[in-house]
Amino acid sequence: MQARVFVTLKPSVFDPQGTTVAEALHTLGYATVRDVRQGKYFELEIDATSADEARRLAAEAADRLLSNPVIESYRIEVTS
Amino acid sequence: MKFAVVVFPGSNCDHDTEYVARTVLGQDVELIWHKDSSLKGADAVILPGGFAHGDYLRTGAIARFSPIMQEVSKFAAAGGPVLGICNGFQVLLEAGLLPGAMLRNRSLKFRCEFLHVGVEQTDTPFTMACRPGQRLRIPIAHGDGNYYAEPEVVAQLERNRQVVFRYVSASGEVSDEANPNGSVNNIAGICNEARNVVGLMPHPERACELAVGSADGLAVFESILKWGRESFDGDTLTMATAPAVLNK
Repeated sequence: MQARVFVTLKPSVFDPQGTTVAEALHTLGYATVRDVRQGKYFELEIDATSADEARRLAAEAADRLLSNPVIESYRIEVTS
Repeated sequence: MKFAVVVFPGSNCDHDTEYVARTVLGQDVELIWHKDSSLKGADAVILPGGFAHGDYLRTGAIARFSPIMQEVSKFAAAGGPVLGICNGFQVLLEAGLLPGAMLRNRSLKFRCEFLHVGVEQTDTPFTMACRPGQRLRIPIAHGDGNYYAEPEVVAQLERNRQVVFRYVSASGEVSDEANPNGSVNNIAGICNEARNVVGLMPHPERACELAVGSADGLAVFESILKWGRESFDGDTLTMATAPAVLNK
């Protein structure tokens, strides 16, 4: 089973990389791109018997290692 | 006094720190590999600068799980002085021994230069030998030194006098121009509530001899020796007396 973990900076946290990417897009003429937030994406291949089990494990991994709760939040998608 | 300098894979200021402790200060010092599970009787622990585990994932995120970190946590909980310099500060943040987190510098540039920090608190083991308000000219070298914490946490740090070092101009003003990375409130270094754990982004160990441009960083190391002298009871370091020494 695969769990996809998307880690992003919390909305309240300034994202200097995303801001710079947005400025570069504006330079390229994409004036309609209002904002960019940069994050991290993980694919976890998990031996699990159910999607719930895979999700639980991915959430634990995200809490303990993949994200820093001070500055980041995460979202999980599970596919078989 | 005996210093322990923890070595992570990717630490690169470990030998500078060892040099200052051994050669400049004439103290006993041991480099301790991150997979060790003993601090070998050290009186003070330093987590040095560098790029532990290549800064993969986040700075300090993987190093915090090294076996030695359990010993560092126990040592800190018992009142032992722990200093995190640059990457060592980042490890202390990830380990939860200090509050907050580091973001990429607001300029996105790796900044490597001498600057000034003001010492605001002199009741920590790493600033005891400083004058309140003393300015230190020491270098920074980091890409992720943009200190961040929730506004309530920052307010609490200020209220508890836990902001130990602040980026200032050459004349001592706390200004945006003097802030090299975007850190909230120009924070360059903080301590925990018990005041025995300190982290700072600048590198005092790189400024301990005039031959390298500044010896201002010595104040930090001389503070540790002062702390040691005042905490020793005969030949035995009594951790229990450490808080009393700081509160004098």
